[in-house]
This record gives sequence, structure tokens and C-alpha cells, in this order.
Amino acid sequence: MRIHCPLCGQRDRREFTYYGADDFLRRPGEGAAPEAWDNYLHLRDNPAGVTRDLWYHDMGCSSWLVVERNTVTHAVLSVRLAAEAEGAA
Amino acid sequence: MRYSGLQVIKEGLFGNKGWTPAWRNPEPKAEYEAIIIGGGGHGLSTAYYLAKNFGLRNIAVLEKGYLGGGNVGRNTTIVRANYFLPGNSEFYSHSLKLWEGLEADLNYNVMHSQRGLINLFHSDGQRDAFARRGNAMINQGDDAILLDRDGVRQHLPYLDFNNTRFPIYGGLLHPRGGTARHDAVAWGYARGADQRGVDLIQNCEVTGIDVQNGRVTGVQTTRGAIKAKKVAIIVAGRSGQVAAMAGMRLPIESHVLQAFVTEGLKPVINHVISFGMGHFYISQSDKGGLVFGGDIDFYASYASRGNLPMVEHVMEAGMTLMPMIGRAKVLRSWGGIMDMTPDGSPIIDKTDTEGLFIDCGWNYGGFKAVPASGWCMAHLMATGESHAVARRFKLNRFATGHLLDEEGTGSQHNLH
Repeated sequence: MRIHCPLCGQRDRREFTYYGADDFLRRPGEGAAPEAWDNYLHLRDNPAGVTRDLWYHDMGCSSWLVVERNTVTHAVLSVRLAAEAEGAA
Repeated sequence: MRYSGLQVIKEGLFGNKGWTPAWRNPEPKAEYEAIIIGGGGHGLSTAYYLAKNFGLRNIAVLEKGYLGGGNVGRNTTIVRANYFLPGNSEFYSHSLKLWEGLEADLNYNVMHSQRGLINLFHSDGQRDAFARRGNAMINQGDDAILLDRDGVRQHLPYLDFNNTRFPIYGGLLHPRGGTARHDAVAWGYARGADQRGVDLIQNCEVTGIDVQNGRVTGVQTTRGAIKAKKVAIIVAGRSGQVAAMAGMRLPIESHVLQAFVTEGLKPVINHVISFGMGHFYISQSDKGGLVFGGDIDFYASYASRGNLPMVEHVMEAGMTLMPMIGRAKVLRSWGGIMDMTPDGSPIIDKTDTEGLFIDCGWNYGGFKAVPASGWCMAHLMATGESHAVARRFKLNRFATGHLLDEEGTGSQHNLH
């Protein structure tokens, strides 16, 4: 599996660390209900198919990336910087 | 047909013509008292104990493929009760006791072999942690022996004791730990359930769960609609998709775990060994293959296959621990779909929909839990109350903060 880092280009999967689904981009605001935190930290859509998750390019440019992937085929469909992703805090 | 040594001899003398199928292949009925979605180890054991312990006979197990074709048919078969946290400890202890009586109970040879499990440690801190874990196991009524370096050497003389990066300080021996024949466990439970009247329906994929006024009324399948007032979701890595049919979002992310088997070798490894620093564990099957694996690949996946970095890592860890296996040829590898929870512990609970139950979140440790999971799930479905040894496996424990983080790695699905 290779991931196309927007800054570094096509790199081996070994250079990246997986964090989890892109739910982590939607952190509840101050005073949010406990259910919102449960939703954010624990509950997942967990799709068999296209998903969006967060990877950290720790052996490269140290960017957080939003990777659109297919969980059934391992195909990487698109990669964006998390800082530029929609809804990023 | 009851299996026995005498039966084997008799059939051997008469050309093995008298054997009959181990279970029926029935058509689905229009309605059952209870439906179990998923014909794997946990689903089949749930059906078996519902029939045996609670006298429920009008049950169907719906399996989209063939019985035992998922993770129970592809795993590293380790059976152990070396858990630490209250909540986990009593559950796995109960499971190991069920394993010890399983063959007699099922009249089926599941090849349960209590060959002993040794978890190696490589630092003073790890020794302290294992000593504490061993005490917890003994307090639970199970067995644990803390071995020093020479103690490990007596059991496992072939390890590399000169490794300077991860020196072997000792190991925690769990003598009642061991392995079992994975397929036989599924088949044994399937046969036992079938004999008690349970309908095992294969090639029957559930495509929808019917809910009316907050109550489950049945399921839609590729072989038609089937009604039931009680439905259990026991589908491991596919839990997310099936639960979504009932409008649920689960605390689960599915990951891939790889495992490997070598060509058959003469007996060389007598125990189950885990190498704590290298994320590697190994045993030798009765057929002679070395069965080993390591960590999950760490990213969400339904591909049923992993990637090369983890293959490389597992091979390196194996060579670091026991260089003697370097000449064995790897025969095959596979990747299973693991239902990972944020705390690494499972869920056996009711859902917000009345009559709908769920048993999932076994991470990569579901095989040893097959007997107790079925036992406790059957108890929950029949009585409506959680069994005493599974009372902490709540679906909402993440929301309430009652996590069971056995490894203490934090609330992230891929870290357990």
C-alpha cells in the first residue's frame, strides 16, 4: 500500500501512522453533551467500502492527512492535508 | 450418531460406509422463537447453549456463507485464561473451564491441548507486571507460575538467550493454556445444536432487520423473510454493517490481523509462546505446521488480507526470538477481519431495540471465548439478564466510562 502525500509524493505505507476514522476531525465544542463525546471517541460507521481516515506522515513531512480509501480493496483514492480538510478544527 | 472409539474401529472394518452427515441442511421456516445471525464459533455456541441450558429448540442460525467459514476457521487457536481486570478475568476463567469439559459435553474431539502458554518478559518492569498478572490469575482460581531465565531455558532451550536488545528475563507460565482445533470447535457446536433441533441455515445472508415500534419482529434474508421475537447479531468483523440494518452505530472499527503457517515439521515447539517485545506468538499444530502471528496491520480493513510491512515485522520478530525457525518455509498466510473496540474488550448485551441482542467486539481474541461467549449470550437471550461473568461487557460502557482496557493503551480502536 502506498499513500500519495500532497507534500512528499508517493510514499510507502511504512512512513505513515494510522490514527483512525476522520470522526476525529469533528471534535465536539465546549459544553457538548456526553453523547457527542461518545460519538466522537468511540462510535464508528466502519464501512466496508470507501472510508476517510487520518494518517500521520511521521517519517516524512509530519503532516496530518485525510486519506480516502477503500477498506475492501486497500485502494487509496485521494489524499488531502487535514489542515485544509472540510470541518477541520 | 454417538461418536466413540468403538465406532471408529467398527466403521474402519466396514469401509467407513456407515457415517452419516453431522447435521441436517434444513429449509428456513417462516418463524422461529429466536434467530442467531452468524454461524461462526460464537453464534453456534450460543445456539447450542440456548438449546441445552434453556431448552429452546425453535431456533435458527443464519449463515451467509458456510458454517465456521470466518474467523473460527482461520485463527491461531490459542486458549488461555490469563486476564487481569475484574470483568475479563472471571469471564475467561469460566471459558477455560468450559473448554476443559467441552469434548465430553459435545461428544466431539476438538483436540483441546493444554500444552502450556509462556509469555516472555524482557525487563524488570515487565517482570513486575507479569508477577502481578500471575497473582491475579491465581486469585481467580487459575494457574500461573513465574519462571526466571533458567526456568524458561528448561522449557524452551531453543530461544536466543544471547539477544542483547530484548534479553529474556523470564516468563509467565500458564500451564492450563494451550490450543484447540478451530474447525472442530465450530463443527462440534454445530452438531450439538442440530441434534437438539436447531436449524442451521447456510448460504442465507441477512439483508435487513425488521423493527416495529421499537421491537424486533424478524429479518429479511436472501432466502426470504423470517420472523422472530428475539434476534442476536453475532457476526464479528461484519458487526458494523449488520447493526446498521437496525439503525445502530457501534463502538467498533474492523481491522485486519494476519497469521502464518509453515510447512509441516517434526515436533519442535511444545508450548504456546509469546514474545512480548516483538509482538510475536507461535505454537505448533498437531499437523506439524508452525502457526504464528503478530499485531494487527493498524488500519481499518475488510480486505481479508494484509500488507507486506507486517509480514516483514512478524518474520523479523520470529527470527529474533528463535533463529532455528529460519529455514522453515511459510506455506500460507491469511488476514482475518477483527471487530476492534476502543478498550479491547467485548460486548455481550441487549440493544435499545427490544428483542435485539448483540455479541461482538472480540478484537483478535475471540477464539478462546467461544464457549463462555455462547454460554453468556444464551443466558442473556433466555433470561433477559446478563450472566454474572459477563455483566461488565455492556454496549454503553464507553458512554458511561466503565472501560475494560486490559492493555492500558487508551481509547483508540487500533491500539489493542
